[in-house]
This record gives sequence, C-alpha cells and structure tokens, in this order.
Amino acid sequence: MALDFERPLLELEAKIEELNRFTQEKGIDFSEEIALLEKKSRDMKENIYSNLSPWQKVQIARHAARPNTLDYCKALFTDFLELHGDRLFGDDPAILGGLARYKGIPITVIGHLKGHDTKENVQRNFGMAHPEGYRKALRLMKQAEKFGRPVVCFIDTAGAYCGMGAEERGQGEAIARNLMAMSALKVPIISVVIGEGGSGGALALGVANKILMQEHAIFSVSSPEAAASILWKDGSKAKEAAEALNLTAEDLLRLGVIDEILPEPLGGAHSDLTATYSLLDEALERHLKELLQQSTEQLVEMRYAKFRSMGQTG
Amino acid sequence: MALDIFRKTKYVTVRPEGNQTEKRDIPEGLWVKCPRCNEILYTKELEKNCKVCQKCNYHFRLNVQERIRMTVDEGSFQELDHELTTINPLNFPNYSEKIADVQETTGLKEAILAGEATIEGNPVMIGVMDSHFIMGSMGSVVGEQIARTIEKAIERRCPVLLFSTSGGARMQEGILSLMQMAKTSAALAKLDEAGLLFISVFTDPTTGGVTASFASLGDIIIAEPGALIGFTGPRVIEQTIRQKLPEGFQRAEFMRQHGMVDMIINRLKLRDTLAKILSLHQV
Ligand SMILES: [Zn+2]
Repeated sequence: MALDFERPLLELEAKIEELNRFTQEKGIDFSEEIALLEKKSRDMKENIYSNLSPWQKVQIARHAARPNTLDYCKALFTDFLELHGDRLFGDDPAILGGLARYKGIPITVIGHLKGHDTKENVQRNFGMAHPEGYRKALRLMKQAEKFGRPVVCFIDTAGAYCGMGAEERGQGEAIARNLMAMSALKVPIISVVIGEGGSGGALALGVANKILMQEHAIFSVSSPEAAASILWKDGSKAKEAAEALNLTAEDLLRLGVIDEILPEPLGGAHSDLTATYSLLDEALERHLKELLQQSTEQLVEMRYAKFRSMGQTG
Repeated sequence: MALDIFRKTKYVTVRPEGNQTEKRDIPEGLWVKCPRCNEILYTKELEKNCKVCQKCNYHFRLNVQERIRMTVDEGSFQELDHELTTINPLNFPNYSEKIADVQETTGLKEAILAGEATIEGNPVMIGVMDSHFIMGSMGSVVGEQIARTIEKAIERRCPVLLFSTSGGARMQEGILSLMQMAKTSAALAKLDEAGLLFISVFTDPTTGGVTASFASLGDIIIAEPGALIGFTGPRVIEQTIRQKLPEGFQRAEFMRQHGMVDMIINRLKLRDTLAKILSLHQV
C-alpha cells in the first residue's frame, strides 16, 4: 500500500520503533539516537511532500486510504440521507447523492464514490459513473433548486465509464445535460476536488460557483495514461504526460480554473484524517457563507462569467 | 480518447497546395475508390452528388469549405471573429510547431469556421468543424468561437446551426480544453433561456468532449448516415471490455434507435431539411 517515494520514510519510522522497543526490553538508553532519527524523519517528510512531482501527486490522489465522498459526508455533515436513482433507468453506485445538514443548513450533497478496497471498488465501479449516475446527480440538483438548498459536490473519478451500456444510454448527452443545467442552477454550488478529477466525467459535477481543490488532488482533461496513449501512442509515458498536462492544484489555480487550494496535512490527506476534515470544513463553511449572501441572479451570472472566461487565445 | 478512428481512413491524402484553402479527402484525379463498397467513382460525379457514393450511400468526410458551400445560400456566408488565434498556454512540448504545421497543410486557422449565413433565406449563425485540423479537437479557440457564435445569435435573435466532427479534447491545452465543454454548454443554456433554436448536426466522426457538450444539446439533433457518434471511441471501449463491438455500434442508425438523435438525413436532402426546420421556427 505504501507509495514508492514514501518507502524511505517508512523505513526510518520502523527503525525508530525498533529503538523504542530496545529501550523498553533491554533498558538501554537510545533517546539521543531516537531524537536524531525523529528529526531526520520529520525533515524527510517535509522534503518529500513539499517537492512532489505531478506523477507523485497522481499517486497520492489515487491512494486507496485517501478519504472518499462518503467519509467526508460522515465527518462534516449530520442527518445524511442517501437518495437513490435517476427515475429513468436505475441507480448508479458510482455516484453518491443525498440530503444532509451542514452547520445547521440543509444541503444537497453529490459525489463520485470510489472504494477503499477492491471489494468496495467493484461495487462502486471505481467511481466511474454511467449515464444514470449523472442523471441522478441532475435530478438531485434540480430538487435542490426547488427547495432552495445549496449543492456541495465532491469530485473523485478517473472519468466516465467506457462501456457499451454507457454508450447505449447516452453517456455524452448525460454529461452535456449536467454542464448546461449546472451553469444555470439557481442555488449556490461548491465543488471540491478531493482526489482524482478526470475528464468530462469529473466536470459533470464541476460547473460550480466555487471550485476548491485539495493540495495533492489532480484535475485533468484525461488520465495521464490515456493522454500518453493519445499523444504518443504509448500508455507507459504517463509520467511524462502528468508533467505536461498541468494537472496539479497549483497549475489549476494559475490557469484560473479553481478558486482555492485546500492544504493537506504533511504526508497527505490519508495520513491524518482529523486534520484533513477540519481543513476542508473551514474552507467549505467560509465559501458557503459567502455564496449564501448572493442573490439568485448574482449566483447564476457569476457562475456563467467564471466558465465563459476559461481558456486562452491570442 | 477516440482519436484513432481518424487514422483508419487510409484513402485520405491531404496535400499542401500553397495558399489554396480548398483541400480534398479524395485524391486528386479523375477516379476515386469508395472506401466502403470499393466502387470506382468518377470524381466529378461524386462532387456533384455532394460526395456521397452513388452505389452504397457512403458519405465521404467533408472539409469546412465544402460543407459551407453545400449548406448555405451562395455568397451569404460572412466569417466572424477571424482574429482569434491559437496559443500554447501550457507550453506543451511541440504544440506551437504542430499548430503552425497543420495551419500550413490545411489552410485553416483552427478546427472550426464560424459566421453568419442564410439557408433558403433564413438567417442563421453557423459553425462548422473540420476533422483535418488536429482531429477536430476542441481547444480554447474552438470553444471561444462556439460561445461567440451562440452569443451573437442571442444578440440578433436568430437560430444556431453547428456541424460537429471531433475526436474530443485538445490534449495539448489540458484542463483549458476540458473547460470548453462547460463554456459552450453554458452559452447554450443562455440561448435556451432566450427561446432560440439550436440545430446540432453530427457528422462522421464525433466523439469525446464535443459529444459530451454542445453537440448533444440541440433542440433538434440530426446525424448524417453512418456517422460515428459516441462519448468513448470504439477502440477504447473494446480495450476496456475486452471484446469486439457489434457491427454498427455507435453509428448514426444505432444512435437514432437508442433515442439520441431526432433524424438521420442524407446529405443530398440536408439543406432542404434545414431550411424546413428553420422556416418552421420563423416567427
Ligand atoms: Zn460506396
């Protein structure tokens, strides 16, 4: 489960533990050595996590232990009630949606849901949605509009699912319809990129008033693997593609796509869940409060202007 | 993600012809072989037949000038926003060179040409994509042209007609390319609100981000016979599910059967059909 670049750190931590055990078992004082190693470990961690390459971020963004949409629902909201189905075809477990209360306010919450292990991932189709998933999301957004509830979306998907059923039921139309409807929705929308944001399948939950993005999350036109195979006919050049695609939170802030980078604890979101939840909570509350001050017209105009200005031409 | 579909058309020979913008999918010469039925066709006859095979109804891919010529009233097309130019916002390796190269060989500035025109006297804002320009991929310029075309239509209170052909996103513009999906769809929401008509025509092939944005949002959606239409391209689906797709999967006829397009119109009747739809929406 450990990522390659985390390994020297884990080795160091194991050594410290070993010395601690020695101290207890043999009564020999290693406190000086331990203090030295602990400092070394802290420095190493800081060094690794402040110099992550885009490809390393891709790996952290996909980390199996990284908190998912359901984890955030449980940690940040109360009264969470899951709502199912698109009323047209079925229910897509790759997208979680429902009602909840946040700081006393009823909200609609929608997010791609990846699993933490293989069994969960198979059940959730790795967070890769079918058209019925996007149509469920749309139904819940329209419902939020009817009842004047803000919408909070969590983005965490490699992309929309690439299968026969998805094509037969109009994957393209389902995504397109969401983009159009979200752009004109009369309630505040905040989208938070919490892991991997890949292609149109991610954007289908992303046409928001505010797009927040965790420090080590990624958001990209396609997965680096797919980009490498399209650009260079070589899927193994994913690392090079990750460099070229500009998919880190810093890149997206610079390009004017996201509004704020949410810091993660040293070691990534999965290394200290309590700290991760509170960092996200602070930002979400702040942005939601700000948006709740806006009139319906302001919300819609501001969202339109935001996406209308994206892109660069000469 | 569906880009390989473009490479299968082995008959394509686009030759640089200096400043002349007219390019042909069909090799220069008197005769051409139909890629579907292998019939040897007389080039002049084929051109007269709107580049549709007289024997098997195969619709040859068109370039942007051919499409405009076959669609609008003669002399009515006025290009808009020609000044928009493609830049390399991510400093993507070799992108600027690639753009210069493709501009040279196709005589086009970008993968779309947009402007105003009339069809049987009905005014319309029209945008036509061209698959010869980096596979009709949607970068910032394509998205901006479409958004401006839609906004111009709102200003003038006239309908929008877009011909799509695209492999999807412009990878070299990364996330900015993805965001053109949101931009064009948001502009269409405004058109919708203004109560104006949008006719979307799918031509062969249209996949990826264009299918998953404006092209699927037409009030009326038309497809040309046999056009490949999908979100994910067939090769990627086959790799994902590890089986061969059935004959005709994602073709226009399949999409109509699955409720994704209103009608399939033969190219020879397309102009008349568009004129009829436009006149039915005249107030
Ligand atoms: Zn033929």
